[in-house]
Amino acid sequence: MIENIKVLIGIIMAAVLVNNYVLSQFLGICPFLGVSKKLDQATGMSVAVIFVMVLATAVTYPIQYFLLNPKGMGYLQTVVFILVIAALVQLLEIVLKKYIPALHASLGVYLPLITTNCAVLAVCISNVDNYMTATSFGGTFVQALVNALGSGLGFLLAMVMFAGVRSQVERCNCPESFKGMPITLISAAIVSVSFMGFAGVVDNLLG
Amino acid sequence: MPETIIIATIAVAVIGVICAVMLSVASKFMSVEVDERIPQVRACLPGANCGACGFAGCDGYAAALVDDPDLSITLCTPGGSTAAGNIGTVLGRSAGAVERMVAQVRCNGTCEATSTKMDYSGIEGCTAAKLVYGGAGSCVYGCIGLGDCVKVCPVDAIHIGGNLARVNPDVCIGCTQCVNVCPNDVIAMRPAQVHVVVDCNSHEKGAATRKHCTAGCIGCHMCERNCPTDAITVTDNLASIEYSKCIGCNKCVEVCPTDCLVSFSLAHVAAKTE
Repeated sequence: MIENIKVLIGIIMAAVLVNNYVLSQFLGICPFLGVSKKLDQATGMSVAVIFVMVLATAVTYPIQYFLLNPKGMGYLQTVVFILVIAALVQLLEIVLKKYIPALHASLGVYLPLITTNCAVLAVCISNVDNYMTATSFGGTFVQALVNALGSGLGFLLAMVMFAGVRSQVERCNCPESFKGMPITLISAAIVSVSFMGFAGVVDNLLG
Repeated sequence: MPETIIIATIAVAVIGVICAVMLSVASKFMSVEVDERIPQVRACLPGANCGACGFAGCDGYAAALVDDPDLSITLCTPGGSTAAGNIGTVLGRSAGAVERMVAQVRCNGTCEATSTKMDYSGIEGCTAAKLVYGGAGSCVYGCIGLGDCVKVCPVDAIHIGGNLARVNPDVCIGCTQCVNVCPNDVIAMRPAQVHVVVDCNSHEKGAATRKHCTAGCIGCHMCERNCPTDAITVTDNLASIEYSKCIGCNKCVEVCPTDCLVSFSLAHVAAKTE
């Protein structure tokens, strides 16, 4: 039992720090640069991403296990996943609007924005690639869900951190030719380099 | 080989149909009743999302209007009386007259009229400059001229010339964002149709104002004494005009020793230059 929990904590730590989707794998850069100007927007977007990542994994993982793999249709993965995730987010929006209007108002525009976000798709696919075994479903499914949650938290961390960095950069007196996107990309690169320092931390800490 | 393609196509199609059915069922059974007047009211508003009404954008104001029957329908300054009239038609309420308001920079301290007390080379922005001994200008009440208002103006109505911000009243939509951002409270709202305005914000005593700026109001009470309708009062060393009483006789402009009272009547401007 304790061994299991240790594995799950390791998965979360790895997803948040080492394999951070934005800063280490360069996925989901579009919302990372687009919505990180203000802290509240960055947080709203990230919460929506966490929500959708976990939900998308919860739906796509069984589809891969029970439908695609037994029929030998693994190559349809990308097509089917995009289709299912897009429909799922639309459904989620309708349900939220009806039953939890407060949450719908705060997630607002960000929900439809991430229907086809590459980070969401990448989480689903990498879960299937890394955790799925032919023999057991339950244990690996939990691991995949935890990994999705960790990836979402990693996205939140990157967004919140970068929103802070950006608000400082905006106030700086930087050369005219670097103003705007160039200096943003350079600072994103530096933040990303700093995350390389986490490589190996999880293995040595919990391994 | 052909079977594989057919099976794959059918599989994806089936999944797609299931998703489609699920979504259409959900949208049917879980649809939220939206008051049909909200989009109608929203259509009457200009869609600038400037926030002058005090709500988060035009959608927020439209929703609040339908929810709250006591809320004034004249809060939209960019839309003016047209928008208020249209909203009134949708909601069945009468609008009344809406006066168009525009922003005005109450300062005439150009480079010639006033001087600086230091060379400021810090962060470009009035709020930042204000933190350093009240700004670089010798008058701490006047326009700092670093353009915080220019940056927030959604319609590009404000421009800086001679270290002084100026509002183009024909372009201004009256959203009050510049009024809120100005650290010196130099910018104020005034009705679009007025005869005379006071172009100074200095509450200093006459002698001190004169030392800092040749165009400032020195609180001499000349305008107050000469106004036939008692529209002008001098409080705290600064003249202010009650626009509803002003008849546009321009007597105050004629007697003002520092020309801080500015008339909008073209005939008068021509006479004065002669």
